[in-house]
Amino acid sequence: MSHHNYITHDTKYMNPYIAGILLGVVLLAAFYLTGRGLGASGAMKSVVVAAVDGVAPGHAQSSHFYSKYLGEDSPLNSWLVFQVLGVLVGGLLSGALAGRLQWKVEHSPKITPRRRIVMAVIGGALFGFGSQLGRGCTSGAALSGMATLSLAGFVTMMAIFGTAYALAYFFRKNWI
Amino acid sequence: MGPLIPLNEISNEINFLIAFLIGLGFGFALEQAGFSSSRKLAGMFYGYDTTVLKVFFTAAITAMLGLLFLNYFELMDMSIVYVNEYYSWSAIVGGVIMGAGFIIGGFCPGTSVSAAAIGKIDAWWFLGGSLLGILLFGETFPLWETLYMADYLGPIKLSTSLGISDGLLALFVIAAAVMMFWLGEMAEKRFGRPDISKEL
Repeated sequence: MSHHNYITHDTKYMNPYIAGILLGVVLLAAFYLTGRGLGASGAMKSVVVAAVDGVAPGHAQSSHFYSKYLGEDSPLNSWLVFQVLGVLVGGLLSGALAGRLQWKVEHSPKITPRRRIVMAVIGGALFGFGSQLGRGCTSGAALSGMATLSLAGFVTMMAIFGTAYALAYFFRKNWI
Repeated sequence: MGPLIPLNEISNEINFLIAFLIGLGFGFALEQAGFSSSRKLAGMFYGYDTTVLKVFFTAAITAMLGLLFLNYFELMDMSIVYVNEYYSWSAIVGGVIMGAGFIIGGFCPGTSVSAAAIGKIDAWWFLGGSLLGILLFGETFPLWETLYMADYLGPIKLSTSLGISDGLLALFVIAAAVMMFWLGEMAEKRFGRPDISKEL
């Protein structure tokens, strides 16, 4: 961690309120340009739909779920897929400027890297599953949904954070 | 007049370029905020780091106020701005499952991409897990279809369902956020973990 931080100079991360305004401006720009907010899980769904369609096109066509997202074009030719590719590059750029590029498994000293990875896969699977049932994740449903004052946005946000708080005690060893 | 893309003829290529540039800003902001660290994100639930609360609500309020003003000054046709469709059961059950995923996995989909970008190997596994979870949902969709479609109320706003104006709701949200920011700052003093924070 001896790299120089070109952005903040002294502290490692941007002030959270400033970062929030920056994120809010990006979100507002997305609305002004496209009429929709930001997203993440939608792009992952496109990857899954494209993969299922590639491996078993008949199965994808007959499914009430996958078939909704199949058209003339590949599901990968979607706005959110390109937006998430941007997230990857934007994150890389920020990490490079801040001196944070490093391959590592981040975990509490109380657990092994292996356990952290198992938990990441389980947590990811739950999040992926829940994002489809809930029609969007923290980005598309909660954050973008709240910006338009949608009821769905507020309810999803409270369900996500409320549950995470309710379960925090049981998973404390993984974090603190 | 916004939104620009739906109101103008824009080629697919330009549209995707805009998507990429918006994503660039999104990923940059997430990483700068520290959302590329799962232990920083999880700090929200133990009080030692409430960055998530501050960034999330500041961002939501910034965009919310921006949209209200764009509408007020008639710079944006709000009738074609997407308002999330509300199916009450799937929003709640989906949110609960996502909340469990958050505390177990330490990321959400967007933050996992920004973390994967700077080399967090656990974030790459979280991403893989997300794809598996989506596949599992797709494969078992007939089991959930009834729940998924139940209790549809349309693209309804919270302000409408409370019977108050958008502006008044925005004021309440801002007041609630300011109180939560204050609680967050207090929590960081009370539950601070310098041993964790200095590693992040």
